[in-house]
Amino acid sequence: MTRTPLLCTALAAAALLLGGCGEKPQHAGTSHGNSTPAWNGPQTSFSAPGWKVGDQASWDEQIKQRNRGQNEYLRLP
Amino acid sequence: MARMKFICDSERCIECNGCVTACKAENDVPWGVNRRRVVTMGDGQPGEKSISVACMHCSDAPCMAVCPVDCFYRTDEGVVLHDKDVCIGCGYCSYACPFGAPQFPSNGAFGLRGKMDKCTFCAGGPEEHGSAAELEKYGRNRLSEGKLPACAEMCSTKALLGGDGDVVADIFRTRVLHRGKGSEVWGWGTAYGKPSK
Repeated sequence: MTRTPLLCTALAAAALLLGGCGEKPQHAGTSHGNSTPAWNGPQTSFSAPGWKVGDQASWDEQIKQRNRGQNEYLRLP
Repeated sequence: MARMKFICDSERCIECNGCVTACKAENDVPWGVNRRRVVTMGDGQPGEKSISVACMHCSDAPCMAVCPVDCFYRTDEGVVLHDKDVCIGCGYCSYACPFGAPQFPSNGAFGLRGKMDKCTFCAGGPEEHGSAAELEKYGRNRLSEGKLPACAEMCSTKALLGGDGDVVADIFRTRVLHRGKGSEVWGWGTAYGKPSK
């Protein structure tokens, strides 16, 4: 009867020791970004007019149009 | 899909630092960090040239190659971004970058370096687009708002062009043909490689 507590203590100690030696999964590195593409960004009060959120083609066209605005040869008569 | 690139036309840059100011204001860049800066060669001499320098979002980015914790990633638009939650501030990227783009806020004594900060092409970071967390860590996400980087859009002489590589190259080509000189694009070959024949 006196051996039961001793046995329990020994088992608990063994479980703790084994638990300490266990390995938790680890992840090194980044999540590698936001999986949401830029054309699917949220519609906010800052969003430029002229394109539809979630429509990649309209975003592409919006960016190209805006980009062409940097060409003053197209803006001057 | 657009492939985002920067060009700085040294024939046009007048060293006004408008791009630097626009970047700092738009992205609320911390004190002591300049994501974009203007470098002048032969300052005060006849024929001096100025260029606006920031992260060029290289096709084969050296910072990505050397980062020991793999905190960099490239978006579908070709923008090189990084995760500040993963960055350990080791500074390897600043040694590898040919443009001196990675910046480190000094916070405290003993030369302690904070998390790396650099130009995001106004595309935010890995947080949710347009979120408060993204704004605080990386600045404004203008791409997801259908806009281009504030520095290029604010440039008064249009020396700094930023956006889709094809459109930017077309604009620059037209410009060089009109003026008949100054076709050497500073940093273009270093960032995006030599043109394939």
